[in-house]
Amino acid sequence: MDETVVTTDSLTKRFGDRLAVDSVSLTVRRGEVYGFLGPNGAGKTTTLRMLLGLVRPTSGRARVLGAPPGTPAAVAGTGALVEGPGFYPYLSGRDNLRVLARYRGLDDRAVDAALDRVDLAARGRDRFRAYSLGMKQRLGVAAALLGEPELLVLDEPTNGLDPAGMADMRALVVDVAAGGQTVILSSHLLAEVQEICDRVGVVSDGRLVAESTVAELRGATAVLVRAEPLDAALAVAMRVAGDDAVAVVGEGHDSGLRLQAGAPVVPELTRALVAEDVDVLEIRPVERSLEEVFFEMTEVAR
Amino acid sequence: MSALYASTRAELLRLRRWPALWVLLGVWITLNVTFGYVFDYVAYRRGDASPIGDGAPPDALLAGLLPAAAPVTLVQGMPLFGGALVMIMGALTVGSGYGWGTWKTVLTQGPGRGAAFGGTLVALSVFVTGLVLASALVDLGISVGIAVLEGQPVDLPAAGDAVQAVGAGLLVLGMWAAAGVLVGVLTRSPALGVGLGLVWALVVETLLRGVVGVLPGIAPVTDHLPGTAAGSLVGALGGVAEGTGDGTPGVLDVLGGATATGWLVGYLVGFAVLALLLVRRRDVS
Repeated sequence: MDETVVTTDSLTKRFGDRLAVDSVSLTVRRGEVYGFLGPNGAGKTTTLRMLLGLVRPTSGRARVLGAPPGTPAAVAGTGALVEGPGFYPYLSGRDNLRVLARYRGLDDRAVDAALDRVDLAARGRDRFRAYSLGMKQRLGVAAALLGEPELLVLDEPTNGLDPAGMADMRALVVDVAAGGQTVILSSHLLAEVQEICDRVGVVSDGRLVAESTVAELRGATAVLVRAEPLDAALAVAMRVAGDDAVAVVGEGHDSGLRLQAGAPVVPELTRALVAEDVDVLEIRPVERSLEEVFFEMTEVAR
Repeated sequence: MSALYASTRAELLRLRRWPALWVLLGVWITLNVTFGYVFDYVAYRRGDASPIGDGAPPDALLAGLLPAAAPVTLVQGMPLFGGALVMIMGALTVGSGYGWGTWKTVLTQGPGRGAAFGGTLVALSVFVTGLVLASALVDLGISVGIAVLEGQPVDLPAAGDAVQAVGAGLLVLGMWAAAGVLVGVLTRSPALGVGLGLVWALVVETLLRGVVGVLPGIAPVTDHLPGTAAGSLVGALGGVAEGTGDGTPGVLDVLGGATATGWLVGYLVGFAVLALLLVRRRDVS
């Protein structure tokens, strides 16, 4: 069985003299939720359009479901919502999906199942024109779900949704992945990706600057210590965690120690500090959020 | 083939629920009946000459309203406003997909670009065929009604005339629909596509034909423009007053019937193939 669903090799797209996507090589494995992260204009959507065969790469290659992108074999196994939903405004939501079902050679039962999945069954007979932004977005996801394709490509699916709608959308993506479908989810909302993605690719200025699991990207956890006097605390911390694992961070009142160590070190460290008569003001494990990592990376990339 | 069939079914579903399609069909039938029958019949009842075109005397007017003349009545409005209306339909059908983002959606469903766009072309030809047949039936019905009202014998048109007229109608409107599709693809916008198409069909061609008087050298070009070919084919079927060429607007006698047919087939196929090639090659953004 083929375990990679999508691979790209130095995929590049140039619009005039602007390099929109620069040698992106990524891999998406079967059954995972792959987060595609980057600031607006980083080249996320162009990359996804190339995977769907809507845009022809300037150079580089890609395989989607074992076929070149845009070929019927690749497209038929893929459901997509790219850069906002595109529907006939004069048709009802349900009729829009019926049209797409006909293109896919599916019957109307698939349409009702998809509408149900995004909670639009009750409003399915209203015209698309009359839908709220969130409903339009949900209909776009329903269209992507039509016929249960192996691969789902969702470009910013939570755009325009209210907080409850966003939570529903996240639950839906998790649910879809649990059913074995592979999901590529692009987003500029890091919290979203952090919660539901197995692996992430980070793009900045058209380049893939990192690709790994969320945990790997965030790196190991650290422990933050604020104690008085700081010199004594530093000596203790270096004894407990090792000389190279401790750094002084902050200045003045906010100064403290940062230990490259996991939460299990906290009890031992506390005991040692107390035994040396150091006043412990605060001691807690800290985890870098994906957001910090992300800003670090996109800053560096610039 | 199954991808083309699936795409055609999908496109027919969305087109037949589109109010714009029914509006254009209704406008065409109304114009066809108004200019083909209503004005001439009112003039005939008042004993006047024809209010439009050649100013035919009343007995000639009545002959033109009877079933035997229905084939000519069917096609005489097609070079000008029939063509303009189906061109609007072609440009809207294809052009609005770019604004709505529906091309993007359709092209990610599975049928290849050729099949998906081919489905649109087939669906549009079903629309054009339906429009020609519907107006043929309406014209026939009205002319039979007039014959009965006026106590004239109900002589149905010769089968050959009827087939020729329907065939010419399909060709003329098919060509204009394909022209609409092409401008829709070129401009990727319904408004610009419709606008440019109409300016070409209604203004530019007429002006160019006028320029021939001053610059005879461009006659080989102007004699073979799409509108000239369409008008000439209809003229060859009898839509043009004998020897004058100034009957119904848009109906001409520049080219012979066979030559005009050849050019129309060429334009129709050329426009459709060019549009197809563009859709297959271009990025969808």
